[in-house]
Amino acid sequence: MSKIHVTTKVNGDEVEFLCDPRETVLDVLRDHLNLTGAKEGCGTGDCGACSVTVDGRLVCSCLMLGAEAEGKEIATVEGIADGEELHPLQKKFIEYAALQCGICTPGILVAAKNLLEREPDPTEEQVRYWLAGNLCRCTGYDKIIRAVMDTAAEMREAS
Amino acid sequence: MALDKVVPQNGPEEYEGREKYTHVGTRVDRPDGLDKVTGRAKFGADAHAPGMLHGAIVRSPHAHAKILKIDTSKAEALAGVKAVVTRADFAAGLEGEDWNILENVMASDTALYDGHALAAIAATSSLIARDAVKLVEVEYELLPHVTDVDEAMKPDAPVIRAGQQSKLVPEGMHPNVVNYYEGGHGDMVAGFAEADLVIERHFTTEAAHQGYIEPHAALATLGNDGTGELWCCTQGHFIVQKTCAALVGIDTSQLRVTASEIGGGFGGKTTVFLEPVALALSRKANRPVKMVMSRSEVLRATGPTSSASMDIKIGMTKDGRITAGKGVFRLQGGAFPDAPAGMAAECSFAPYNLNAVSIEGYEVMANRPKQAAYRAPGSPMAAFAVESVVDELCQTLGLDPIETRLKNASREGTKAAYGPTWDRIGLVECLEAAQAHPHMQAPLRESEGRGVAAGFWFNHGGETSVSLALSEDGTAQISVGTPDIGGSRASMALMAAEILGIEYKNIRVTVADTATLGYNDVSHGSRVTYASGLATINAAKDAVGKLCDRAAQRWGIDPEAVIWEDGCAKPAGPNAGQFDPMPLKEITKRMGRTGGPISGHFEATPEGAGVSFGVHIVDAHVDRETGKTSVDRYTVIQDAGKAVHPTYVEGQFQGGAAQGIGWALNEEYVYGEDGRLQNTVFLDYRIPVASDLPMIDTVIVEVPNPGHPFGVRGVGETGICPPLAAIANAVSGAVGVRMTSLPMSPPKILKALKEQ
Repeated sequence: MSKIHVTTKVNGDEVEFLCDPRETVLDVLRDHLNLTGAKEGCGTGDCGACSVTVDGRLVCSCLMLGAEAEGKEIATVEGIADGEELHPLQKKFIEYAALQCGICTPGILVAAKNLLEREPDPTEEQVRYWLAGNLCRCTGYDKIIRAVMDTAAEMREAS
Repeated sequence: MALDKVVPQNGPEEYEGREKYTHVGTRVDRPDGLDKVTGRAKFGADAHAPGMLHGAIVRSPHAHAKILKIDTSKAEALAGVKAVVTRADFAAGLEGEDWNILENVMASDTALYDGHALAAIAATSSLIARDAVKLVEVEYELLPHVTDVDEAMKPDAPVIRAGQQSKLVPEGMHPNVVNYYEGGHGDMVAGFAEADLVIERHFTTEAAHQGYIEPHAALATLGNDGTGELWCCTQGHFIVQKTCAALVGIDTSQLRVTASEIGGGFGGKTTVFLEPVALALSRKANRPVKMVMSRSEVLRATGPTSSASMDIKIGMTKDGRITAGKGVFRLQGGAFPDAPAGMAAECSFAPYNLNAVSIEGYEVMANRPKQAAYRAPGSPMAAFAVESVVDELCQTLGLDPIETRLKNASREGTKAAYGPTWDRIGLVECLEAAQAHPHMQAPLRESEGRGVAAGFWFNHGGETSVSLALSEDGTAQISVGTPDIGGSRASMALMAAEILGIEYKNIRVTVADTATLGYNDVSHGSRVTYASGLATINAAKDAVGKLCDRAAQRWGIDPEAVIWEDGCAKPAGPNAGQFDPMPLKEITKRMGRTGGPISGHFEATPEGAGVSFGVHIVDAHVDRETGKTSVDRYTVIQDAGKAVHPTYVEGQFQGGAAQGIGWALNEEYVYGEDGRLQNTVFLDYRIPVASDLPMIDTVIVEVPNPGHPFGVRGVGETGICPPLAAIANAVSGAVGVRMTSLPMSPPKILKALKEQ
């Protein structure tokens, strides 16, 4: 099967790759572009560990084909920090110990950032439902929810 | 792998009884935090090697079948396929657990469960490897199967593997019953005769999967010279080294294993699945081979916990004294021995001080994957059964559930049903904290009930080896051999900082590979903060001894006349001479000229892992129309001995509770009539999501463990023990139905409500 040439933007950088028509955006990120921050936890869109945004929309990168990325703008966990300055969510996740093993963290950070861009003042219920597509097996979500709520409060104050 | 042997908790007295800590007990940032929030932490599937191939596994779609023929010729002919292995490519003549693990990793002549591995392929891409899997032709002769534990014990049940039964099993039992445990003490007849009320109930729990979000992954290189390298996500790379070496037939020391960051384990990553297969493929192809499981493979072919069938009988007097307790626990462990039936039995009545107690455990084989440890293996189901009956006795006799538990609580000096007499334990303190907690006084709404339950876990010591090296700038690096599954590197650094008297941030802790340290037992049994912590403390003390020697040398005094305080060597008293304190940095700066590098080392098999108790309070609401149970409020109270990093202790409590909630309400392995697993993705095997849970409050009780210098008790596992019963008790309080079968899914609750 011949490969498909795709031009896209990842975390602001223009990239080109050749992918098999069956490969997903997640495969491309991890195996061709060496961006292993997004994780494959299920491959069926149930766990959210592979969450990225495509043109600002939150998606499971395991459910989107690499060929579909043509002309899009993809953002991954690797692009959240601004140089050495961490995003407030990243800081709060460390401070609150909102991770134990850390495998779900990249997906949760991408999803939470996307939420706060849409809704700077979310209720606990909104955060819980927005993150319902991101499975975490370690924390029971308590510290994750607190970290997101506190980040939102801090970002509102700063703006 | 379950804990091989439960060591009675009477280790040497190690507790130092410090009144104040500088570092221990503070909530510092974890050292791997930055890597994990930026996506650069390297987990199992994140490794690549030049020339790497990708592996995939051929699995049985049948629950039980003789393998007549495996034809790999079409797969081998596919362009890009570089190697195919079957059982013939692994070591022959293995015995005992090594044989069982190999049989699970790659079937010999019979497929024993749906998902059992039969062959494996390495190809230039994972797509080609997966295509090649479909080209492998297997001829089967189907055999009758059994997946239910009670069915597997019946006289007409198909025999899964003859000749596996231990001599301990009572005569006349089906060959699928492979092991038997019994324990207890006292006069059962007299005990039950003394009771005003005796309740006897039958309970069942379904298998639940550990559900770590990171599927198993390995990257292996092995040459035909018998030298290999392995990178994998595991809770214990030393057991991986030892087991893989045996399974592929090489010397243990010739295989170097590096543990990646681990994306959850909960007991499920304490054995091997892909690792020996990747090694065998690599040897055959003479190239590195990477293998990563899909979620379906994880659910079908890695170890969930056992399913259980249990009978509990407890007698109580009108004033709430338990007069006798009897428990029978039947656990299936898949088509292999070692279901944690004995541990279920041992944990079952641990919270109670009983004069008459009898416990029995049956290990049963069924056509399911080889069970693996899951957070306090055996204990949660046992607690579900016992704590449900205790609750029902309290309900019927009109007694307060916490007051009644306090009346019967195990404490220092109580003889446990499985033999040991408790040292200092914290159950009473946990119950008192529960009694005093505002949660107990909060009002309940309509159709909402409050449940309480206690739980117990042994905790474990295990072989441990730690090294610490000081750098010339006065900083320290520590090598531990226990993979960090929940922030343990931070805890190690805090404990070392306490001894060395330097800052937390000046210590770097690394999970070292198998070539760096002696054998370290797995990160299991809630042992890491206890055992690696104890070894870290002693390694730091070893280094401190050497630092004092150097100071003594410089001052020209006797080494015994030097003490270590606040990160400095000081003369022990006026008789030792007048010298200014010499900071660590001063000594390390000169170490090259004063005798060479300074390091500390410690290795042991510590046996003083203090047991751990916890008490949970839960408010649950039942929707009478849909049968859906929602958890409205949750409080975990548990004895941590001494919380080294309180935030991560809370995290363990919360994580355990969440897993218990999932097991209680929703998670289960669903097998069809054909013996195939029906829920093989997270959509169907649904673990709790953020919108399913409330905040989970925690109370850390600290009753020091006599067996650790700082009083630490492991905290990882106990948290999953009480939730099953606590929620069942809350459901009973909410709508008056006593649920004895897990999960308490909406259809089951609706049925119970209809029959009410």
